[in-house]
Amino acid sequence: MSVGGDIGVWSVLLAIVGSALRVSTPYLFVSLGETLTEKSGRINLGLEGTLMMGAMSGYAVALGTGSPWLGVLGAGVTGAAFGLLHAGLCSLPRVNDIAVGIALFIFGTGFAVYLGKPLVHPVAPRLPDIDLGFWSSLPSLRAALQVNALLIIGILLAPAMLWILHNTRWGLKLRTVGDSADAARALGYSINGVRATATAIGGFFAGVGGAFLSLYYPGAWTENLSSGQGLMAVTLVIFARWNPINCVFAALLFGGASALGPALQAVGITSNYYLYGAAPYVLTLVLLIRTSSTKHRLFGAPSELSINK
Amino acid sequence: MTKQHNRTRRQILIGSGSLMAAGSFLAAAPRPVFATPMTVGFIYEGSKDDFGWNQSHAVGARKIAKETGAKLVEQEKVPETADVERVMESMIQLDGAQVLFPTSFGYWPFILKLAAKYPKVLFVHAGGLWKQGDPANVISYRGYMEEPHYCCGIAAGMMTKTNKIGFVGPKPLYFIFNNCNGFTLGARSVNPKVTSLIIITGDWANPVKDADAVNNLVDQGCDVIISDSDAPKVSIETAERRGVHSCGYHTDLSSLAPKGFVTGAEWNWAKGADFVKAWQTGGKYPNLLIGGFKQDLVAISPFGRSVPDAVKSAVLKARDGFTNDTLKLYHGPLKDNEDHLVLKEGEVIANDDSAFKTKVNFLVEGTQGQTGLKKQ
Repeated sequence: MSVGGDIGVWSVLLAIVGSALRVSTPYLFVSLGETLTEKSGRINLGLEGTLMMGAMSGYAVALGTGSPWLGVLGAGVTGAAFGLLHAGLCSLPRVNDIAVGIALFIFGTGFAVYLGKPLVHPVAPRLPDIDLGFWSSLPSLRAALQVNALLIIGILLAPAMLWILHNTRWGLKLRTVGDSADAARALGYSINGVRATATAIGGFFAGVGGAFLSLYYPGAWTENLSSGQGLMAVTLVIFARWNPINCVFAALLFGGASALGPALQAVGITSNYYLYGAAPYVLTLVLLIRTSSTKHRLFGAPSELSINK
Repeated sequence: MTKQHNRTRRQILIGSGSLMAAGSFLAAAPRPVFATPMTVGFIYEGSKDDFGWNQSHAVGARKIAKETGAKLVEQEKVPETADVERVMESMIQLDGAQVLFPTSFGYWPFILKLAAKYPKVLFVHAGGLWKQGDPANVISYRGYMEEPHYCCGIAAGMMTKTNKIGFVGPKPLYFIFNNCNGFTLGARSVNPKVTSLIIITGDWANPVKDADAVNNLVDQGCDVIISDSDAPKVSIETAERRGVHSCGYHTDLSSLAPKGFVTGAEWNWAKGADFVKAWQTGGKYPNLLIGGFKQDLVAISPFGRSVPDAVKSAVLKARDGFTNDTLKLYHGPLKDNEDHLVLKEGEVIANDDSAFKTKVNFLVEGTQGQTGLKKQ
């Protein structure tokens, strides 16, 4: 189409960057939290439900107190409670963490919708924008670079988490529990205690990711608010090889890929939009297959994870 | 889960799209006349305050109850499965409902099943699927939403400063393209310089994708947006945040955008009051009713605060044009956006020509985008 050309290419790129920055935060928070949980040797597949509970409770608290940041905190606390529920159930003998996760996924989504019924109409205060594009006079560039503090917190959190995992006593303990429960038991560590802490922190992060959905982007409480972000983030953890820094790139890449469809259509390239819609999933699949091996387990995978046993 | 059901709802509609051409049939089966106030049951697939399809029916339900004096019973979140059969039977047997409004498209096969079993109950379905041979105690009705989209387009064409307006569509289906064409034709009827941009999200309602589509359209310079998402709440709020004008869909969404709201394309399900009255008094009723403003099946939302009087009167004039059938949506000469002549000079498509409308696979001149559908 004639609308293509130089400006078209640039505006597509700009739209993808802007969209990646807007969309990726929930993926980032959920995958950071899940990295921590999985490092302790447990999988929490219920994060989609935690995300919805976080989104709902964050919206409710922000509405009640008038402060979106208190909403984020409330969402985190709800998420942590859900994490503890998962950890509590999994600490019982012969309970499978994947099955508990799926149950909590369905329960959390349904419960959030049930409790969130009166929240559809009122409008809660929204988290503020940070204008990273203040130096530019291009309105589309400024719009693309308008981000939220949570994204920046999430990006800073990643190296902090990596450092904690590798340089602190608690990090070592967590990795020991995740790599060999027998060794940890021999050292006198409370395996369930460590895993409960890790799952609760993971739940806290997922709750915050949910608050981002309801309080910033798209910034409303609706019943179908989450469209698989919580579940995809679990895949992103594997994709990121349980490395928090990689989680940042995985989340941004996934966010950018999901922006391809609307960005191309906006400049007039409208054929094959279903294909572009599938792009992030195809990308994840291709990268997972490319990096898989039949000879050894995934590099970085905690050996206590039930998928590795 | 909601999405799943919605899809079924539409799939059924597409499958039977050709049936919509059938026009309306009148039925006059002998039946008892009810003296006491009737009980009317409404069944929703989602929640009735979703700022979308379900809310439009809930609004209609209240108007029907008020107009006919009927008692209203309601149930939300009824899946398009055998569940709806149980809900309908319980409304008939326990609540004594004499008229049922199962509002989701995918309820259709269950309606047909129960209608044969309960001939003394009237079943009113939103969809336009009834055909000769279906039970006489069933009504299927639906509105031509492209007409109110045309009205929104007029407002958009007059209010845009960038001469670019945006349309967010959920799926590449004929009625979505009709709506988009209505929007574009309306805008270009008052401002030939207008280009409309279309984005298809691929999901009936996906808040993140809806918001992203609106953001992309605004980034491309669109300053009036309409979103045909099943839950347009997020699109309207995003447009408001970006400081552009927005038009609603399904029901009155003016409260979501106090600054930028223009008007909106609405269903007028309250038309169902006529059916309730006819059923109560033993009068005649149509089994199939598809129409626009003329048949009183669609409406426009109250104008937003920012709308100038000149725009209001132009929009209302177009609405009256549809109502008295002097204004036709599709008339020649009409080109599509690939420079093919669709209608020759002097060719006119009647507003209730469902056969033409269900076959729409083109976007009119001035639209940037493609339908992705095969051309004949």
